[in-house]
Amino acid sequence: MSMPFYVSPEQLMKDRADYARKGIARGRSVVVLGCVEGIAFATENPSRSLHKISEIYDRIAFAAVGKYNEFENLRVAGVRYADLRGYSYDRADVNARGLANAYAQTLGTVFTTESKPLEVELVVAEVGDDEAGDQVYRLSYDGSVADEHGFVAMGGHAERLEVQLAEEWRPGLTLSEVLGLAVRALGAQAEGEPREIPAGQLEVAVLDRARPRRTFRRLTGGLLEDLLRGTAS
Amino acid sequence: MSADPHGRLPSAFTTPGSASFVDFLAAHAPELLPAGRPLPAGEVPIAPHATTIVALAFDGGVVMAGDRRATAGSMIANREIVKVFPADEFSAVGIAGVAGLAVEMVSLFQLELEHYEKIEGALLSLDGKANRLSMMIRSNLGLAMQGLSVVPVFAGYDLDRGVGRIFSFDVTGGRYEEHDHHGVGSGAVFARGSLKKRWHPELDADGAVRVAIEALVDAADDDSATGGPDVVRRIWPVVATVTAAGYRRVEEQALGGIVEALAELRRAEHARGERRPGRTAPDGAR
Repeated sequence: MSMPFYVSPEQLMKDRADYARKGIARGRSVVVLGCVEGIAFATENPSRSLHKISEIYDRIAFAAVGKYNEFENLRVAGVRYADLRGYSYDRADVNARGLANAYAQTLGTVFTTESKPLEVELVVAEVGDDEAGDQVYRLSYDGSVADEHGFVAMGGHAERLEVQLAEEWRPGLTLSEVLGLAVRALGAQAEGEPREIPAGQLEVAVLDRARPRRTFRRLTGGLLEDLLRGTAS
Repeated sequence: MSADPHGRLPSAFTTPGSASFVDFLAAHAPELLPAGRPLPAGEVPIAPHATTIVALAFDGGVVMAGDRRATAGSMIANREIVKVFPADEFSAVGIAGVAGLAVEMVSLFQLELEHYEKIEGALLSLDGKANRLSMMIRSNLGLAMQGLSVVPVFAGYDLDRGVGRIFSFDVTGGRYEEHDHHGVGSGAVFARGSLKKRWHPELDADGAVRVAIEALVDAADDDSATGGPDVVRRIWPVVATVTAAGYRRVEEQALGGIVEALAELRRAEHARGERRPGRTAPDGAR
């Protein structure tokens, strides 16, 4: 019987983290931006049915990058978590912080105990009564949680996008303005002219703070084109 | 609820396959389901019962209306209870029977539809929704046999066919599609009689709302467990329309107007009857 080679815990964790990071960077980016109307989500996604952005509960949405089967599983778990909580307490008692904690524990446990980490990065966002009340949590493959303010970019060339968003985003932008910024950032390339992404290739959704009860809505078709052109009322 | 030793979400949460919240509860937390709690032996004490609900179809949708009275034995337990609810954006559910269980069933049914919509990213068909409700009533059969029965009526706008449809249920979970109009609850006998005479195929939404209120007034006239419109406290029946535009509860002010007009009409009819020759005066003198 041969003895396995000794691998230091530091090396083991580093290898896992590198593996997860590579998987996440392969996909296309998702951006999440706060605005006056609520919280906007955008990504380049030609599919109409395999979503990266989804509704979790009345005021909570979920966005993910990485391996589809892994984040889809987490999304379904999130919907079940939120609905169970709302059913056993009250709809008002479901919040993003609790869900972010449950996700963080799950991602962290898988990272340290399973043979393969989850190759996903998530955002759990809850819309508040005003921009200051918005909560955006970003969760990494290893279970670390960051409380973000204003904007998040993840997946693909997330670092480059973060730089651009940090330059252009400020509080008080309208939905139409942040969507314009999101599409510019998603289309930007390391060198050369930025790409023009048609509305049909975009997956866009918003947590609209003005709506009663379920605030999540997808923006598609003519409405999205009007918003991108800045002509929507 | 079983907790994972590492603190992560239990495996029931991440098991793929089911889009049903009721199935998830049955697997993960059965004690939260109405049928998951064993009944203790003995008689069930008198509990509030909710009564009459009517539903009728009109061109382009359905109307559902329920009175506001809950009774416990011969006492009025509540005069402001709501028994007509939106099941989702395109359907409504009304309940008669034991109020506590019925309200629990409605909130579970609403969640079941919303849960499916979120997980699948699509709406259930109207028949699919009715079947889910019938399954939930069937699982309540044990409680129904102890006298704790819940009888709902379900109505909605069928987006595929473009018409309003009504479904009734029995305690064993039998599901029946009703044509044109239906009523459930203790006053339903009188309400259905009224609907039969007043409903006609050319009704529009406003006309259907009027017919629904009239049916409830007729039910309240003869059934002590059905509450009529309360003009002193200004408590009107809960009336909702479901059309292609979705579920809309009819405004209190509009209801007030309809109730007043109906009362005026009946007062006038009554006065005409009083003046009829040969009628006996209250003290028996001719």
